Amino acid sequence: MISKIFHFLFKHFDSFLMACLFFALLLSLFVLYSASGQDFSRIYAQGVNVAVALGAMWLAANISPLNLERAARPLYILGLLLLIGVALFGTISHGARRWLNLGFMQIQPSELMRIAVPIMLAWYFASREGKPSGSNFVVGSVLLAIPVALIMKQPDLGTSLLIASSGFYVLFLAGLSWRFLLVASASLLALMPVFWSLLHEYQRKRIEILFDPTQDPLGAGYHTIQAIIAIGSGGSAGKGWLNGTQTQLDFLPERTTDFIFAVFSEEFGFLGNMLLLTLFSLIIARGLVIASQAQNTFSRLLAGSITLNFFSYAFVNMGMVSGILPVVGVPLPLISYGGTSLVTLYLGFGILMSIHTHKKLVAT
Amino acid sequence: MVAELKNYIHEQYYFRLRLGVAGLVVLSLFALLAFRFYYLQILHYDHYQTLAENNRISLVPTIPNRGLILDKNGVVLAHNFFVYTLEITPAKVKNLENTITELGQLIEVSSLDKKRFKKFREQSHSFESAPIRTHLNEIEAAKFAVNHYRFPGVEIKSRLFRHYPLGKLGSHMVGYIGRINDKDIESLKSDGVYSNYKGSDHIGKSGLEQFYEQQLHGVTGFQQVEIDADGHAVRVLSSNAPIPGDNLILSADSKLQEIAETAFGERRGALVAINPKTGEVLSYVSQPTFNPNLFVDGIDSENWKLLNESLDKPLINRPLRGIYPPGSTFKPFVALAGLEAGKRNPPFAIQDAGFFMLPGSRHRYRDWKPSGHGMVDMQKAITVSCDTFFYGLAMELGIERLTSFVSHFGFGRKSDLDIKGEIGGLLPTPEWKKRRYKQPWYPGETVIVGIGQGYTLVTPLQLAQATAILANNGVAMKPHLVTKIQNGLTGKQIDIPTIVQDRIELNPENMAIVKRGMVDVTLPGGTAASVGANAGYSIAAKTGTAQVIGIKQNEKYNEQGMNERHLDHALFIAFAPAEDPTIAVAVIVENGRHGGSTAGPIARKVMDYYLLGKMPAIEPSAVAAPVPASATGTATITEEELHD
Repeated sequence: MISKIFHFLFKHFDSFLMACLFFALLLSLFVLYSASGQDFSRIYAQGVNVAVALGAMWLAANISPLNLERAARPLYILGLLLLIGVALFGTISHGARRWLNLGFMQIQPSELMRIAVPIMLAWYFASREGKPSGSNFVVGSVLLAIPVALIMKQPDLGTSLLIASSGFYVLFLAGLSWRFLLVASASLLALMPVFWSLLHEYQRKRIEILFDPTQDPLGAGYHTIQAIIAIGSGGSAGKGWLNGTQTQLDFLPERTTDFIFAVFSEEFGFLGNMLLLTLFSLIIARGLVIASQAQNTFSRLLAGSITLNFFSYAFVNMGMVSGILPVVGVPLPLISYGGTSLVTLYLGFGILMSIHTHKKLVAT
Repeated sequence: MVAELKNYIHEQYYFRLRLGVAGLVVLSLFALLAFRFYYLQILHYDHYQTLAENNRISLVPTIPNRGLILDKNGVVLAHNFFVYTLEITPAKVKNLENTITELGQLIEVSSLDKKRFKKFREQSHSFESAPIRTHLNEIEAAKFAVNHYRFPGVEIKSRLFRHYPLGKLGSHMVGYIGRINDKDIESLKSDGVYSNYKGSDHIGKSGLEQFYEQQLHGVTGFQQVEIDADGHAVRVLSSNAPIPGDNLILSADSKLQEIAETAFGERRGALVAINPKTGEVLSYVSQPTFNPNLFVDGIDSENWKLLNESLDKPLINRPLRGIYPPGSTFKPFVALAGLEAGKRNPPFAIQDAGFFMLPGSRHRYRDWKPSGHGMVDMQKAITVSCDTFFYGLAMELGIERLTSFVSHFGFGRKSDLDIKGEIGGLLPTPEWKKRRYKQPWYPGETVIVGIGQGYTLVTPLQLAQATAILANNGVAMKPHLVTKIQNGLTGKQIDIPTIVQDRIELNPENMAIVKRGMVDVTLPGGTAASVGANAGYSIAAKTGTAQVIGIKQNEKYNEQGMNERHLDHALFIAFAPAEDPTIAVAVIVENGRHGGSTAGPIARKVMDYYLLGKMPAIEPSAVAAPVPASATGTATITEEELHD
């Protein structure tokens, strides 16, 4: 009986990923406890988030990729409608229109798109016969560009770039030609100035400050300067848990969310950072293995995209906190406080697990 | 089927190739991050460690208690006390105007308070609190405490205030402190002591407060405080207690000071009393005086205007910076010069007809007594203040010899008192005149130097010092107000050594003649007989009168109908007991006309109290004969010249 329940619960789980997630969860709670000023209620709230996320992951793991494939179009269309709804009736907070008030709850449709866009694109390329043609890539790009444009308009530069990259990973894995990639990246470089002129003033400022945070030490540059001080002063082994002065004395802004990596880095030092990079690398490696073993195009593309997108989040967050990338609002995956990003992430891992455990059922 | 399989394998091969490429990109970007961490945490650890410490630790200065100033009997002249102040931090207040108006409805805020607040604000940062009201009483403090919630950014603080309990008394000597301004900062920096002034906002501006600033200030302490990002102190990591400033113990006696100042009444002038044996300044009067407490919080413009624009010039430190012709008080020094140079000896006498004429000139240098004094020897010349005698003597000595001799008594140079801002006076010489006026020296100018007129200018301090040197038989002691410096922590006292400034070799017999002449001044028949009456000790003195406006040849000095401020200054020097002097005094009463009748009684009261402990009785009746000024021109000299 017990073994049956056990089987029901865990038959679609991947023990390697689960071990990694469990370890990340532990790390997250410890860092959060320190970052929140030893506030147990924050830990409790994150515990609830994790429980919800685990539930979402379990569901996703138990949904066959075939069903996901079927859900691709409705999901994508629903997401688009919600985004348009946001553009028309969204709630404004901090100068951006990102939330949609449904009366009983507020939702952020861009979060849904993080999952819906790669699923949609994976479905699109999987449904083409044979090697995708150039026109397929054009259609794929348009499918990607619409939600990205809507989200960029909110404005939410970080999310739109990350969704763009998740779509791009599908295109890349589906066989986007190397020559096109070369030409595209060259022209992208050439179009930099145009792109620059399209940015909002505050976004430009952020990028300028990236190259010289001292330009505005008390304003926008403050975050980066204090974060870099926190990281640098962590040294090789860190100041020790709960002993980071930058953290404990309020010098670090947004410590529990986007800048949590600075807290971790200050208290656990270079060794801690290496451990975290290793953990992320293991998760990514596992994801890539799952992708490479996936048995149909849809699963392959989706697994690859989810994995690489996880990497994007990790890299952009650590890069921004350590001052090699501009500051965009991206949390550190698995570690930062917050329910939405956690649920989205765990959903992704659930899908990965589903792809891995359902492969015999869906073998082509 | 085969094609499909082949296609599948082919497809998977390309897919895996792409995954591999992606994996490589992931690895290299993670390596980039790892290098960034290595760069920050290993290579530049020290740098960021320092920045984090600087973030975290703030040095909060603890201001030392300023040293006290005490008179010779331990009476406090300057001390500190805590005052409740109502302070506003402008950065924390939304609408400053409204806040001040509303505060005014709760607690009285005068327009002067507002003006001072405005001045304070201009001098400080917006995140520093500035007092809108000082000296809150307990009822006011309680009233505000109840309504505190209505006034964010306003709070009650307690500040240490300097206070001068005796108010106006001796304020030119004690001086005052005021807020540190840019000029002070500059001089503190050039003295290399600026760091010791972190957190301090006051500094000695005048008098002893200024001269002994370094001793009084003490050493600023520091607390290493851990602060958070808002600048709030979280905890104290270490503290370095401040070292309180040293206390100053003066040679002056506040009681004597009070007697001297009261003796001036409404008159303007200066008095300096010195112990000739030690150089200790016993009394230092500049009249009128001012209340130094006005300056502590920053003086308001009304009071400033009142003080600064007053015709009486209460802010001028007269003993140091008031310059006057010495008049007849110069004569004893000229007499000594004549005796020492062998130009005169005790039996030598002249027949005074009431005037002196230079050979080959028809100009008459008149004596103050038109009929003359008859046969006059040296001793009598001093006693009756015979002008004719000294005209001739000065002529015979010559200007160079005369000035070089009297310069040993401190004329023409600063006396080096422990108060800043002294003016050196003026002892004219032919070279000086050539430099100043591009004109040769005329013999007539030597003649009038003999009676302390002409270009000669002295400060009351110089005159007192010269008198002290004379009293001390030519040994010049460095004048000083502070005799002991007491460690603010241990209470241990260090005596300020007495220093011999100069030593003039004088023939005791010559000294005796001059002193005898000066003693006779205060005896019946002398110009200050009333001053010496019933003294109970012997007084050696000399009266003097100094012209304020020039009287032309053949013009009569007319006291009546003259502007009070154009009347002659009255001068008086004295030392006592004459045989073994322990006090030497110089008094100048501006527009007091006659040294014997106005300046002399003031000196007498001071000497009485100092020597006998006697409080002054009713005003002694002025019986001395009027001694009008000698008739000669006055010099106009700029202050700059007096400094060199």
